[in-house]
Amino acid sequence: MEKFDKLTGVAAPMNMINVDTDMIIPKNFLKTIKRSGLGQNLFDEMRYDRNGNENPDFVLNKPAYRKAKIIVAGDNFGCGSSREHAPWALLDYGIRCVISTSFADIFYNNCFKNGILPIKVTKEQLDNLMDEAERGSNATLSIDLESQTIQGSDGGEVKFEIDEFKKYLLLNGLDDVGLTLQKSDKIDSFEAQQNASQPWLAGVAKV
Amino acid sequence: MIDPKTLFDKIWKNHLVDVQDDGTCLLYIDRHLVHEVTSPQAFEGLENAGRQVRRPDLTLAVPDHNVPTTDRTARIESKEGRIQVETLQENCKKFGVPLFDLQDIRQGVVHIIGPEQGFTLPGTTTVCGDSHTATHGAFGSLAFGIGTSEVEHVLVTQTLLQSPLKNMRVTVDGSLPTGCTAKDLVLAIIGKIGTAGGTGYVIEYTGQAIRDLTMEGRMTVCNMTIEAGARAGLIAPDETTFEYLMGRPMSPKAGAWEQAVAFWKTLPSDDGAHYDKEVRLDVSEIVPQVTWGTSPEDVAPITGNIPMPADFTVDGKPEAAQASLDYMGLTAGMAITDIPIDVVFIGSCTNGRIEDMRAAAEVATGRKVAAGVRALVVPGSGLVKEQAEEEGLDAILLEAGFEWRDPGCSMCLAMNDDRLEPGQRCASTSNRNFKGRQGFGGRTHLVSPGMAAAAAITGHLTDVRDL
Repeated sequence: MEKFDKLTGVAAPMNMINVDTDMIIPKNFLKTIKRSGLGQNLFDEMRYDRNGNENPDFVLNKPAYRKAKIIVAGDNFGCGSSREHAPWALLDYGIRCVISTSFADIFYNNCFKNGILPIKVTKEQLDNLMDEAERGSNATLSIDLESQTIQGSDGGEVKFEIDEFKKYLLLNGLDDVGLTLQKSDKIDSFEAQQNASQPWLAGVAKV
Repeated sequence: MIDPKTLFDKIWKNHLVDVQDDGTCLLYIDRHLVHEVTSPQAFEGLENAGRQVRRPDLTLAVPDHNVPTTDRTARIESKEGRIQVETLQENCKKFGVPLFDLQDIRQGVVHIIGPEQGFTLPGTTTVCGDSHTATHGAFGSLAFGIGTSEVEHVLVTQTLLQSPLKNMRVTVDGSLPTGCTAKDLVLAIIGKIGTAGGTGYVIEYTGQAIRDLTMEGRMTVCNMTIEAGARAGLIAPDETTFEYLMGRPMSPKAGAWEQAVAFWKTLPSDDGAHYDKEVRLDVSEIVPQVTWGTSPEDVAPITGNIPMPADFTVDGKPEAAQASLDYMGLTAGMAITDIPIDVVFIGSCTNGRIEDMRAAAEVATGRKVAAGVRALVVPGSGLVKEQAEEEGLDAILLEAGFEWRDPGCSMCLAMNDDRLEPGQRCASTSNRNFKGRQGFGGRTHLVSPGMAAAAAITGHLTDVRDL
């Protein structure tokens, strides 16, 4: 996983609530066995018409936002399914950060596994960032994860909160499977204890 | 009682392998369900790192999202869909994971087969790379959807890194009136608390209306908990739960059974346990519910009208509601029962169980599907299908003009060939009415199985109580 420390880029405004995972990557693109290549279908049903032509009104099709690295969106971003294809599609397009007032839980967790930083801000802060993003490529945002700040192009600064452990994994680009495997002895002893207290749990599924 | 605990607190505490200084918990996972769409990249991760599946005996795989609901012996038309199913077969073989394959009568929608086999048990943790894993909470299992990276983490370590969730209690008083079901109950709850109302919480459902539900109904309620933003729904296990589980293939066997039941009886929340949020509603006066928009919170009674977008007070909702109506091709103020229907879909992990088949057949008995309406009934598993056929439900439905198909996720998310055409309108027993969910440009109205069958008969959204 690519680490995330600092990011400066154009922020695309998506001024709508409840952007769901079906919007981020529709199901017809879930039939892949790879993680890569989904960027061209990010927001597919909003981005293209039925014939595959670009919808000029969609934000990422506007010249100012085609190279956006950040999305600023309304409440409850990423609601719906557990598909990790949603962050994979964002990442493949080049989006490394999403800013909103709230995120759906599964999507939020999935972002951290893929080097994407989801930032929660207050409604007032979001309104200001949305205004800033509306100004297009003239207004870039700079994000510094270490100091937990978003810097606007006019010098305004927003502080944000983030879980310490998630921050640590992201800053270092760490794979948490490897970290957990270091605790194998604890998993072993948990299993031994559970096997004694609830023996009916083990050995149920058979090939 | 000293330090009274909720059902959630008890399960959480029972599964802690490790707690880091910052509070992040390493949680043991007892049950892992796997399907073809969210697992290939996870198995690829194992392969690349030379890792094994730690506990194949706690893991159960099934293809469901892509599978055809017609002739099982024919190959899957879509090349990518076929590759995904074949990849699951290969991965299960390579890593020794038990698989209910396409020709197996036990194959079905992943959240139908877990409970049906007795794989889902009270007091356990259950995960799957699918948000509707919440379904299993009906048994008092802490069950939630995870992403593919987490699927990989569970395959390798049988654990997950999680931060504690908050407790919400939804108390549902009263008795459901005739014509109303668990689906109407949960739609009413989502309408009340909204699609983000449960974010960060586990919802425990209590109250008379919940106690009165069958296991099938409880599964419908917990299944749609994710539509209220909560990762998991929970219902305390009771005699209804034990009766359902007894004798199932993977349930505890005689000897262990008594020990298991004794343990399960200790799980319900203690009196005085703390909940971070409380919601209460009475369902004794509700009428069958329908969604009119493109978010599951867009709920109205069948006797009502399409709301005026300007009447919404939540920030951003008037615009979202207007966009929904434009997409749905509906006008504010119109009567819900005036909405015509092109397609009816009865099935899914929300409503694909035997009771749902019975509810549809009951409405269909002696009636005919309206001209021009296509009505699909897709049982949730091969075993549901078999039981329905033994009860003669297939004959009733076929006689009425419904299609009787093979099990799978089907038109709930239209990853196989069962999908809406642009502009088509569907009365669906599934769980999401998002734009394009059932097919590009398709329009979805979420309803109960009886309501879906009623719409099939009349050709428009209909109050099932009037038939």
